[in-house]
Amino acid sequence: MTEAILISILVTVVGAATPILLAGLGELVVEKSGVLNLGVEGMMLVGAVTGFAVTTMTGVTFVGIVAAACAAAGASMIFGYLTLTLTANQVATGLALTIFGIGLSSLMGAGFVGQTVERIGPLFPPALAEHEHLRILFGYDPVVYFSFAMTLVVAWFLRRTRAGLILRAVGENDVSAHSIGYSVISVRYMAVAFGGAMAGIGGCYYSLVLTPMWAERLTAGRGWIALALVVFSAWRPMRLLAGAYLFGVVMTLELHAKAAGFEYVPPEFLAAMPYLATIVVLALISLRKSVGSQAPACLGQPFKPST
Amino acid sequence: MSDGVTSRLELTGITKSFPGVLANDDVSFSVAPGTIHALLGENGAGKSTLVKMIYGIMHPDAGEIRFDGKPVQVANPKAARAMGVGMVFQHFSLFEAMTVLENIALGLDEAVSYSELESRIRAVLEQYHLHLDPHRTVATLSVGERQRIEIVRALLLTPQLLIMDEPTSVLTPQEVAQLFDTLRALAKRGCSILYISHKLHEIVELCDKATILRGGKVVAECDPKKESSRSMAEMMIGGSLKEIEKAEGRSFGAERFVVADLSLPADDEFGTTLRNITFSVRAGEIFGVAGVAGNGQNELLLALSGERPVPFSDAVKIDGTPVGMLGADARRRHGLCAVPEERNGHGAVPGFSLIDNAILTARNRKNMVNWGVINSRLAERYTDEVIHTFAVKTTGASSPAGSLSGGNLQKFIMGREIMQAPEVLVVSQPTWGVDAGAAAAIHQEIVDLAARGSAVVVISQDLDELLAISDTLAVMNEGVLSRSLKVGEASVDEIGLLMGGVHGDPEATREYAGAAHVA
Repeated sequence: MTEAILISILVTVVGAATPILLAGLGELVVEKSGVLNLGVEGMMLVGAVTGFAVTTMTGVTFVGIVAAACAAAGASMIFGYLTLTLTANQVATGLALTIFGIGLSSLMGAGFVGQTVERIGPLFPPALAEHEHLRILFGYDPVVYFSFAMTLVVAWFLRRTRAGLILRAVGENDVSAHSIGYSVISVRYMAVAFGGAMAGIGGCYYSLVLTPMWAERLTAGRGWIALALVVFSAWRPMRLLAGAYLFGVVMTLELHAKAAGFEYVPPEFLAAMPYLATIVVLALISLRKSVGSQAPACLGQPFKPST
Repeated sequence: MSDGVTSRLELTGITKSFPGVLANDDVSFSVAPGTIHALLGENGAGKSTLVKMIYGIMHPDAGEIRFDGKPVQVANPKAARAMGVGMVFQHFSLFEAMTVLENIALGLDEAVSYSELESRIRAVLEQYHLHLDPHRTVATLSVGERQRIEIVRALLLTPQLLIMDEPTSVLTPQEVAQLFDTLRALAKRGCSILYISHKLHEIVELCDKATILRGGKVVAECDPKKESSRSMAEMMIGGSLKEIEKAEGRSFGAERFVVADLSLPADDEFGTTLRNITFSVRAGEIFGVAGVAGNGQNELLLALSGERPVPFSDAVKIDGTPVGMLGADARRRHGLCAVPEERNGHGAVPGFSLIDNAILTARNRKNMVNWGVINSRLAERYTDEVIHTFAVKTTGASSPAGSLSGGNLQKFIMGREIMQAPEVLVVSQPTWGVDAGAAAAIHQEIVDLAARGSAVVVISQDLDELLAISDTLAVMNEGVLSRSLKVGEASVDEIGLLMGGVHGDPEATREYAGAAHVA
């Protein structure tokens, strides 16, 4: 009995962690290239509404997810054009992108409020997916496995490939990378687009799997948690994975407490826990002195090449 | 050389202008195969612009570049490397948080597996007798080792022309000797070297030919072996060079600035911990602190200026007053002025006008502020005075500090502090990246300030500079300050060895020490 509860808790934790893992991975790559895109929340919302709308219209979830990735990547290109080509301030532009994303998604989603779509089913056949014990490994939808795979891919890409080396070099010392002959701006454009696509997929996971429906501000600030997660992970993909599940536990506390009939703490407090935990984690990390040296050295600095 | 008929590199009528400046004006010269060719000139003479065009970072407005006799358009650094041009930058293009191996991989245009790259690196290191660990993180390496990364990166491409932009400005004498051996070996194999430096005695020692630029034009070509440092310096500045006037047999007054047992832990993992620093400077004395960069000089400057106060009041005393726990502003009130190494962003705010920059450090000693209100007429007059006295080239007192060239900004910052007539002046790298003429002027001002009775501490990596101006000298190595040596009694070799010799290469240090004894 308790075992079954434990397994079902774990399954919900994995579900809750998946969108912030996806968005966090994207942002990790963006930040590794030296760009700070604070628009994650906005891009997630654009992804969430696009994914929902396209799925409703076509009836095919996969098409919805691809559309979500494309739409959020498109939104990130606005950010890219402003900060990379026009060298606008990255912090201000990122915040603007979030506000824009909130507004745009509300507008686009107005006609879809109250509709529902069919949840994506598990990837594996019911014999495995609904097995009493094995569902802890096989009971998830394809997006969850995609997020695992992407963690490994991003880790491998950054550590083992030449393109990953160049991306890190651009984030570490843009001037040097430029003088060696790499195109700082185009590397950063690609990273920003990737970050946008991942945030979009993370966002549509709410509207297609977790909820599954569209409501205004559906992501409820999870984009900010994804941003904090990147700092928490010290820009390492495997630590990001661990961090995402840790936050997954905190984010589902309210749910579990309700299910267990735990009444000593008001549920609103538990619902606020993820955000509180974000603040605590960031404060604790900042106390550690070495965090500065883990961040890409050019993070957030605009780059203007000399001709 | 068998291909001796043609020049390795031939420039004809190269012209490049930037808004408001003609950086290169009809520059023509050629470099023969297998020669070490010096490119000389003051700051702003157009040397860097010229080599950037050869390396494809910039493009000429007019003129022709010929390589091995064929006219070429160098589109970008990649094209330059494909042609056989390598470059070692003055400011290293390295990535601190990455390993030596990764840094070198980034400089190659083809993707090579790490294992193959490592064996190729080891082969080059072997061939030129260089020492470098491919798996170290760059942040943990000395400047000499970092430069070696750049050199290995260039050598892996077996260049036909190697451009070196001010390669020795940060090296110990032993490291310089080793670099020269490498360059000579390279030239012997037929590689031409275009060598840019301010240090004229090095040019005399190393180079076969020299082209001298002034104001973007070629003003002379000469054989350095037949010239003296002085004659070449005069060609560079187009006038005669002033000697530092230093009164002989000066006597010193009482101890003005005493540092006793100053210890300070490093504030981050890349910093250096200061250990039991003890020295004293008398009125009228110039105390030099030599040493290779990164051995605690920055930390020492911060501890002396008061930017990082020390926990013991008695560790730093000005005229007997303990000031160890006071911050920079309070120490300035006690008569201690400081000039940090980094001009833009530390010594001056680049976006502020010269007037505002003057107010920032001179407001108290020059009474520029009454009841919290800035007396701008006074500030402007003081700024004009500094500009005039120190011959700072600028469009006016209200132009932003960032618009000045490095040498001029340095003159301004030095002037701003010296004209406050401080009891104690602490300066780090007073002539870093400053040309010969301006350096001589700055040296003279430091000597004159001491002659007026101030105690001066000069922290510098340039040993020649310290030997020229200081009275007493000590060497900083890994956060420890050596005993004080009287200048005139200390030999360059002795100081070089105190600096820690050749980094990571104890054998070469021993060899060098042995050679010095025989000599």
